[in-house]
Amino acid sequence: MADESAVMDTVKTFIIKEFLPGEDPGNLTPTTPLMTSGILDSLATLKLITFLEQEFSVQIEAHEADEEHFNTLEAICGLVASKRG
Amino acid sequence: MILHQCLDEAARRWPDHVAIHEAGGGGSISYRELDSLSNRLRDRLVGLGVRPGDRVGFWIRKSVDAVATIFGALKAGAAYVPVDPTAPAARNGYILADCAVAAVVVETRFADALRAELARQGVDPKVLLIGGAGGGAHLRAALDEEDRRAKAAPVHSAEPRPEDLAYILYTSGSTGKPKGVMLTHRNAVSFVQWCSETFAPVPTDRFSSHAPFHFDLSILDIYTCLKHGGTLIVIGEEAGKMPLDLAQIIAEAKITVWYSAPSILSLIAQHGKLGSRSYASLRLVLFAGEVFPIGHLKSLTRQWPRPRYFNLYGPTETNVCTFYEVATPIPDEQSAPVPIGKICSHLEGVVVDGEGGIARKGAEGELCIRGAGVTQGYWNLPEQSRNAFITVGTPPAYYRTGDIVVETPDGNFRYLGRRDRMIKKRGYRVELGEIEACLYQHPEIREAAVVALPDEALGMKVHAHLACKEGKRLSLIELKTFCSEHVPIYMIPDVFSFHAALPKTSTDKVDYQTLKARSQG
Repeated sequence: MADESAVMDTVKTFIIKEFLPGEDPGNLTPTTPLMTSGILDSLATLKLITFLEQEFSVQIEAHEADEEHFNTLEAICGLVASKRG
Repeated sequence: MILHQCLDEAARRWPDHVAIHEAGGGGSISYRELDSLSNRLRDRLVGLGVRPGDRVGFWIRKSVDAVATIFGALKAGAAYVPVDPTAPAARNGYILADCAVAAVVVETRFADALRAELARQGVDPKVLLIGGAGGGAHLRAALDEEDRRAKAAPVHSAEPRPEDLAYILYTSGSTGKPKGVMLTHRNAVSFVQWCSETFAPVPTDRFSSHAPFHFDLSILDIYTCLKHGGTLIVIGEEAGKMPLDLAQIIAEAKITVWYSAPSILSLIAQHGKLGSRSYASLRLVLFAGEVFPIGHLKSLTRQWPRPRYFNLYGPTETNVCTFYEVATPIPDEQSAPVPIGKICSHLEGVVVDGEGGIARKGAEGELCIRGAGVTQGYWNLPEQSRNAFITVGTPPAYYRTGDIVVETPDGNFRYLGRRDRMIKKRGYRVELGEIEACLYQHPEIREAAVVALPDEALGMKVHAHLACKEGKRLSLIELKTFCSEHVPIYMIPDVFSFHAALPKTSTDKVDYQTLKARSQG
């Protein structure tokens, strides 16, 4: 449980720093839509994938780089957790 | 001179060829089946009251079902009006109401939102619901269901005149509302004829269909491919944004002709891991819609050295009007973007100077085009339509592209910039004024001014400068989400800045120059 929320904090911090500078972190919830609201465009998603792969030593497949897996913090952390086993 | 005859002919010559294949394990359809399915939709549309000259809208994700709908509408003698499946309902409802569609074919997932919008707009077209999009199965099922209730009487396909409308494509409008570019059968057929002559397609060609159907790149994709008996590889909206997915699709589907905006090709060059697959089938790479940063083009041509590369240029109002073949390999020292090239053979062009006369050779001016491929104007906007044309020398008038060009000694045109506040984002037209209009709808925003600057990573970076009530600083998440409810995703600003008040010029207009300088610094 503690590890899961650590993953979420790490991802959240990265997203705020890279794509939402100056934003109050409280506004970014586990279910805030990211792709459909334009916060994560194709380029941003690729940057995020590179970060996730390096930070958590996981491999993200091409077909996983989609709305289902990246539209919310919850989905992203779920994907990372599934890879770490 | 009838656009849908290309399908009639192709179904006669190559009935069992695969006409359309949906990439990534989707469905396929033969020419014979596509012809038959579009005939059935034609009959149903006519049964619903669609008459030649009417408009038929559709809100369907890219699929066999969508292409069959296009041909069904054309065969009924209507002009088809595609809406962006990913755009907000408010925008799509506006478009369909604006051109007073007689009928709209819509997936059930979009239907509730659409109905609410149409009601709000005060229009009541016939609605044909399909359960989804894929393989043509959903359209077929919907038609079967309708036939069970009451069979549609078979009719003959319409025979429109060359000057009748084939489709209306809506583009960003500077006043905040999109405007419909009217395109006739003559416009489309003359362009497709130029494509046939220039690219010599064959039945073994496999054309990408990357562009959405409301984007005029799709005209080359659909009609050039099907006219010559090739297979159209339809790529869905989501996969279309993912360079890794696309790199895989191009290889696995053995695409021979690729056509898209440069930005996705830049992403493919950088992130597509192209070295890991064979691209032996790829023979043509066509790009249009925006400037291709030379660094990324060099990288792409190094990784895909075999195909021929063409830069195609032209607004929706003319489709492609100039073209340039890129000689590869590109010399290392080349630092300027490639030219837009020479005028296509089915059109004429002139460069007009600041006084409205023909610019002397080698001088900058606005590129203006006339000929069989040029629009008659914008739907229901007579004044804007008139203002879009200029008579230089003898009639007929030329369409003003709004692009400033210069002719170089080798006879090629180079693109220098825009006359106004329109930019290209991922190849799509974006009027900065439309983004401002959207922001002004936000209850907390007092002033909004949007500027755009070239950006290596983004192509163009859109920067919104805001002054909010009580000098507030709004949440970026809230702002972006708000924008996504009014404009397509590619129109959402990349950066937001907050000011107490926006800087003004001496005539009390927003000082865009200062804002641009601040965006840079």
